[in-house]
Amino acid sequence: MTERLVTGFHPFVIPFVAGMFFVLGYCLYGIIRILVELPRADRQKFLLSLITPKTVWKNIKDIFLNCLIHVKLWKRNKVLGFMHSSIAFGWFMLIVLGHIEVMLFLPERTRFFYYPIFFNFFVAEGENTIQGAVLFFLMDLFLLVILCGITLAVIKRFRSLLFGMRRTTKPSFLDRIGLYALWLIFPLRLLSESFTAHISGGSFLTIPMNWLFRQFLGNDLNFLPTWWAYSIVLSIFLFVLPFTRYMHIPAEMMLIPLRNAGLKIKHPRKGFARVQFYSCPGCGVCIDACPMSVRKENQKDCTVYLNRQLRRNNESRIEEISDKCLMCGKCTTVCQVQVDGPHIRQAQRALRSYSINPHYTQVSVDEHLSKIGKGKVLYFAGCMTHLTPGIKKAVGEVLDRAGVSWTMMDPDGGLCCGRPMLLAGRKEPARAMMRINKEIILASGCDILLLSCPICYRVFKENYNLPGITVMHHSVFFNELIKANLLKVDKDAEMKLAYHDPCELGRGCGIYDQPRELVSAAGTLVEAAQNREASICCGGSLGSLSLSYEKRRDITLNSIKNLKAGNPDAIVTACPLCQTTFKNYSDIPVLDISQVILKENKKG
Amino acid sequence: MEFGFKLSPSSAIELDKIDLSLYEKVCEIEPTAKTCISCGSCSATCTASEYSGMSVRKMLLDLQRGRHAEVERILSHCMLCGKCTMVCPRGINTRRVILTVSRYYDNVEAGL
Repeated sequence: MTERLVTGFHPFVIPFVAGMFFVLGYCLYGIIRILVELPRADRQKFLLSLITPKTVWKNIKDIFLNCLIHVKLWKRNKVLGFMHSSIAFGWFMLIVLGHIEVMLFLPERTRFFYYPIFFNFFVAEGENTIQGAVLFFLMDLFLLVILCGITLAVIKRFRSLLFGMRRTTKPSFLDRIGLYALWLIFPLRLLSESFTAHISGGSFLTIPMNWLFRQFLGNDLNFLPTWWAYSIVLSIFLFVLPFTRYMHIPAEMMLIPLRNAGLKIKHPRKGFARVQFYSCPGCGVCIDACPMSVRKENQKDCTVYLNRQLRRNNESRIEEISDKCLMCGKCTTVCQVQVDGPHIRQAQRALRSYSINPHYTQVSVDEHLSKIGKGKVLYFAGCMTHLTPGIKKAVGEVLDRAGVSWTMMDPDGGLCCGRPMLLAGRKEPARAMMRINKEIILASGCDILLLSCPICYRVFKENYNLPGITVMHHSVFFNELIKANLLKVDKDAEMKLAYHDPCELGRGCGIYDQPRELVSAAGTLVEAAQNREASICCGGSLGSLSLSYEKRRDITLNSIKNLKAGNPDAIVTACPLCQTTFKNYSDIPVLDISQVILKENKKG
Repeated sequence: MEFGFKLSPSSAIELDKIDLSLYEKVCEIEPTAKTCISCGSCSATCTASEYSGMSVRKMLLDLQRGRHAEVERILSHCMLCGKCTMVCPRGINTRRVILTVSRYYDNVEAGL
């Protein structure tokens, strides 16, 4: 392998070099900006994680598996997985192999960083080409892999339904430029390498193509324009990259280490949140997932559009989208990059200042304590369960039958758990409520705090620090009672029950199996069309601040339709709010999990 | 001298003179607020009323009568739990009403 040009330079590389410097400069600026924006403690935590071997290894593994191989996408959709990993991994391999070629054959040129990209232009086949045959073969192979991916991408753009996506995002103008540039890069690479294959050598793809073209072109006049075109298209892609959805490629590599460092979103535009919304690939998977998108007018309120507006600093739309969301968290679960839309929204809500700030100074802890009896299990019904007395009664009865020593924390009603206030972004009033609740719980001397409402359960689990006290949801506790043989449930196999995963319990706290075991103990469990992480919000969520109750109707109806896929006799849920919401529209009974097992419970 | 009873101060409201800008703002943002029939379902279920007599019904009436100090007193106990929204027969998004009043309250002159 010898060099064809003595200088190792040709003007056609200039567009690419300029684009590459621009992108690298922009990314460097981005990294510095994000580091500066991070709160001091978070920054230290992040930098520390970069020198901790365990997180370093996790970062490398996650970046390789997610950014290059797209493992999560493979699990969801094989065709989409192949499409993305072929482009990403193929491109990565082309770059790596290009570098290996330069290092092996022209080690003195390794400092020219355009050399690996345009290697075939600068070299001529010599006596020892056979050594490069494997590399040339691999280069052609990965180029073919990428071209397959690009073909799929083109088909997907025009027929997204073939790939199982009902709705995709509408790309912006620059997105389109980036998209078309990306489509052109690899066919142009194939053409330019083919045109030079008789000089530089090639493999199974480029040599036959070279032969084919020489049959009717007969001269080398095409090859320089093609190399120019290749370089220019690359440069266009690199120049528009920071302003298009393709920014997710470098941003995700930053997001993974930040997430592995355990950071939380503190500000909706700065630091961690900025990496989050730049990491959004704009694929639109969250549009189909969002429960609101059953209404056409709400399709633009899902996370992909929030990210787009955040990049554009469109304040009024950001506020509107942030307030409307039901905070069910499904967008994050289905997202390949796991952009945390709900927490960005919560941080956005927290930016607002209010002139009336609630205080709860009139609440007397002693008065509450005087109403609480003695018991190992402290049952906090919470606001929603007080509104559905059937559940409160059923939970009490189950506890009595199992012989549990229990007492109620709020027999005559108590404070709110603080989660609705927290979701509205009002941290101070929420903390005030939490302080009082914590004081009552700690003074009660209980071992287990039992909750029948997933909204309360999540906040007690996540935001309260209750040393020595186990926080349990009633579906988990009752399941343990059955396993310990303290509670007997008679199974009625004739009864078909569909279980609805409440957002806060399922996606929020990861509890999917225990409620299902409970339902199976009482009847035959039939699954909904979309269940577990994919379950559809009931529409009653307290997460939304502005979605009107008239508009939530369609969401509820859609969720019920999903639950009735297996023709159940009743819908079972583990959340009083879901139950109340479903009851308004369902034509089959909607029961809480405690009511279901009680109905079947053998006396004595 | 203490007689065991007292005269209530006059609570007459001159509807021509009161400032309704906050109420109008609320109705602009959450038009359903206008449909309140003062049934009191919200007051009956309210978690905070136990401690403070909080009531969305009262708050909306006070808002329409320009009694802003009373509005502030009532709302400074709200826990935003959402029970009022769930029981409202008119489907009023009471939480949005509460948040809107709390947010724009400063824009009006406090007091009667």
